[in-house]
Amino acid sequence: MILALILSGCGEPFLSALRPKGQGASDIFELMILSIAIMLFVFVVVMIIYVFVLLKFRRKKGQEDFIPEQIEGSHTLETLWTVVPIVLLLILAVPTVQYTFSLVDTDPQVSAEGEEEEQLWVNVTGKQYWWHFEYDGMDVTTSQDLYIPTDRKVYLSLHSEDVIHSFWVPTLQGKMDVNPTGNRNEIWIDAQEEGVYWGKCAEFCGPSHSLMDFKIIAVSPGEFEQWVNDMQQVSEDDTPESQVAQAGQEVYANNCMSCHALGSSPNKIGPNLSNFGDRERIAGVLEYNKENLIEWIDTKGEEMKPGNLMTTANYDLSDEELDQVAEYLMSLSPSEITPENAEDGEYIDSDLSDLISNQEEGEEGEGEESEEDSEENSEEESEDSN
Amino acid sequence: MSTTATKKAGFGSVLWDYLTTVDHKKIGILYVFGGFFFFILGGLEAMLVRIQLVQPDNDFVSAQFYNELMTMHGTTMIFLAAMPLLIGLMNVAMPLQIGARDVAFPFVNALGFWLFLLGGIVVNISWFTGGAPDAGWTAYAPLSIFSEGHGLDYYSIGLQITGFGTLMGGINFLATVITMRAPGMTMMRMPLFSWTTFIASILILFAFPALTVGLFLLTFDRLFGANFFDPSMGGNVVIWEHLFWIFGHPEVYILILPAFGIFSEVIPTFSKKRLFGYSSMVFATVLIAFLGFMVWAHHMFTVGLGPIANSIFAIATMAIAVPTGIKIFNWLFTMWGGTIRFTSPMLFALGFIPSFTIGGMTGVMLGAAAADFQYHDTYFVIAHFHYVIVGGTVFGIFAGIIYWWPKMFGKVLNEKLNHWFFWLFFIGFHLTFFVQHFLGLMGMPRRYWVFLEGQGLDLFNLISTIGAFFMAAGTILFIINMIYTQAKAPQASGDPWDGRTLEWAVSSPPPYYNFKQLPLVRGLDPLWIEKTEGNGKMQPAEPLDDIHMPNSSILPFVMSLGLSIAGIGIIYQVDNPMWWIVAVIGFVIFFGSMAVRSLKDDLGYHIPKEELEKEGDGSNG
Repeated sequence: MILALILSGCGEPFLSALRPKGQGASDIFELMILSIAIMLFVFVVVMIIYVFVLLKFRRKKGQEDFIPEQIEGSHTLETLWTVVPIVLLLILAVPTVQYTFSLVDTDPQVSAEGEEEEQLWVNVTGKQYWWHFEYDGMDVTTSQDLYIPTDRKVYLSLHSEDVIHSFWVPTLQGKMDVNPTGNRNEIWIDAQEEGVYWGKCAEFCGPSHSLMDFKIIAVSPGEFEQWVNDMQQVSEDDTPESQVAQAGQEVYANNCMSCHALGSSPNKIGPNLSNFGDRERIAGVLEYNKENLIEWIDTKGEEMKPGNLMTTANYDLSDEELDQVAEYLMSLSPSEITPENAEDGEYIDSDLSDLISNQEEGEEGEGEESEEDSEENSEEESEDSN
Repeated sequence: MSTTATKKAGFGSVLWDYLTTVDHKKIGILYVFGGFFFFILGGLEAMLVRIQLVQPDNDFVSAQFYNELMTMHGTTMIFLAAMPLLIGLMNVAMPLQIGARDVAFPFVNALGFWLFLLGGIVVNISWFTGGAPDAGWTAYAPLSIFSEGHGLDYYSIGLQITGFGTLMGGINFLATVITMRAPGMTMMRMPLFSWTTFIASILILFAFPALTVGLFLLTFDRLFGANFFDPSMGGNVVIWEHLFWIFGHPEVYILILPAFGIFSEVIPTFSKKRLFGYSSMVFATVLIAFLGFMVWAHHMFTVGLGPIANSIFAIATMAIAVPTGIKIFNWLFTMWGGTIRFTSPMLFALGFIPSFTIGGMTGVMLGAAAADFQYHDTYFVIAHFHYVIVGGTVFGIFAGIIYWWPKMFGKVLNEKLNHWFFWLFFIGFHLTFFVQHFLGLMGMPRRYWVFLEGQGLDLFNLISTIGAFFMAAGTILFIINMIYTQAKAPQASGDPWDGRTLEWAVSSPPPYYNFKQLPLVRGLDPLWIEKTEGNGKMQPAEPLDDIHMPNSSILPFVMSLGLSIAGIGIIYQVDNPMWWIVAVIGFVIFFGSMAVRSLKDDLGYHIPKEELEKEGDGSNG
């Protein structure tokens, strides 16, 4: 217990696995504490013998010719230090196996009344070096910032379009690899309180591996419902208010739209920009301000995120156009629900039944859909590699 | 290289001697120097990595260069430093310990060394030809397939060549231990270091083929358009992970078991007691090796193998802790009741016990598959395997080098400098890696070129970098010590440490034929038995007679050179088919030397009995 308290002081609350904010991370933290306790016991025993031996049996003056007794061994002792570790390991093995199963269990939970929980699924795509999220059956697509409702499990289906990545939000759940081969990995995450939680790519994926951050924005269920409803209304034809931004929209349409979609378009060559105005960071890591955005668009992120694929994009914008398109992008804020709502402490309840029943309809042909998906993906990839 | 020999003979003849030698002791020295060279190289790479991570958002090196540095640090340290250093010590000590005149196949032994060295050089040439490998030492596909330039080609070809060398070394040691033990030296009387050499060689024999297969597939994917690992062409990236770790996990035991063996020599010698629980030590070694083949998927808990596979591999992994624990307690009870001398090899052994215990503890924690979801691919893992590999293998290597230095060079390294070396290295090691456990849990994944400000990671990264400088300072001191000792120290006796095993029964360095007459072994720790029950000298097991010795040969070097040239040709034929000419030339040299070796009888020579009689009795006296 003391151990848990000491360790939970380590690191930042939005990033540290030692400060769990979700069921998954809490379960793992519990297992960590158990294993550390067992191991510390072993360590203390070893160290007591070690220190005693070093103090007691160092060669003293006048002992140069002393010949110690040449002991072969001791069956009692040897049995003792074989059996005790086995017992300790068995104690650790039981919860290990239990959690190994529960952490990746993505079957619907069944309530006490025997009703199956309605699941909220998100298809996650990892690409060098950003993340793409499609809310299954909801016509909502976003990149980099994943909004989730608090107090319920959100199920993730993970897939990569290039190399292996790994999806990790230390405060909420352990990591899961994002593989490019046909097999989709599934895992769930949940947040027990509102907040912005940092996610990281944990499988080495190229020069900007360390810059492939994303955020989980956990808002209360009612706020999440509103966010989904707002996001569903996004269209590429929405006209921004200011004139600069309107000019920027045209620049966007002429230069950016072939890769960057707005709304729930299937286009994921580049990150979806539907709610770019609400992003926590630019490109996942840079401070969110206009200078950074303009520099990014101008340099295509060549220095800011080495090896990113935008550098192959074919456009050349004047300073004025850069300013306009930046203005436009920063105006893209289709929902009143923003990361601020994750930190204001306001809680609006909802059982999300409206959203999820929509999703159910869309889900019927899921098997086929995902097959189609992977076919599409492999086509895209082969184009890429050509 | 013995200084007296250098003075007497010219540089050229010494060079020629070492290029053509088939003597296990000289090959051992070559391995140690080759391995130590790469150890320094890998250490420099590590220093650059730590300097880059000294503060958040640092731009000391570029992202690409950082990835090359960390890839080459891992590759160099595992394949080109730790393993060759251990194989070097095996070469120096094992034949002497079992009372043999050389290894079973001296020619193959030399070939193994030159393949290792030239393969290692091939990998490192990539620094000068447009970029080193950059996909991590694990070279996970498809990143390793998409990686541009020739870095990964150098990786796959270079490691392939080095791997052939290691495999040959392993087979050679197996044959040596099985067939060449002195009269009376039964398996259960063998010193623990010879035992661990034997077991590690079995691991090499079974583990390296998996790497060979993996590297071949990777080579074909990259150079000849195969698609084993390319997902867009129906390839499977997880297969590479399996192949790599089916090799990679036993590899960890190839590195640690010989280090265990060294400590099992050092601790009894400097406690003046026989090893506690010898047979359980042997049994534990065998068990670790056996289990080592069934835990590879614990490197892959997050790949998505499913909870059933994860649970099985988790339990198997935890099981390894039991035989390892047995060893730790046996070492402690070897010291119990003895008289402990704090010599520098013993200091490394004593530093090893708590360090490795911590590494073993975190190993069990990592083995808990569910918790590994948090630990995996973070600095926690970095901390864990450095505790095992530095705290275990590297401490073992240093203990071994210092312990057997007199057997290699006839002098005892300066103890005072070695004590300084140990303390700098030991403190630096814990400073560098202890805090990394916390860095990992606080959310820092491994292989991160930069970490951002405001994530609470600054302080521990700074401490870690400071620790790295302590380790570097210690290592520099050790290099100074080597030079200083060779220049100043007096000639050592055959038995400077009051040893217990056969290598201390011959002079330092031993005569080139090792034993004039093969010794008669009467039990475990044969020299100790003679010291306490006999006259302190080994009794001969055979009458004095001619000794049959192998001839030196330049062919191993030429063969390795040919294979390396062929490798380079194959790397560049994708750019220009003319490079096939280079490849063919290389192969002609390689197969030509093979043909020469096969067709020309080389029966060796005999040292006549009369000459042996003229020299002293060859004992440690």
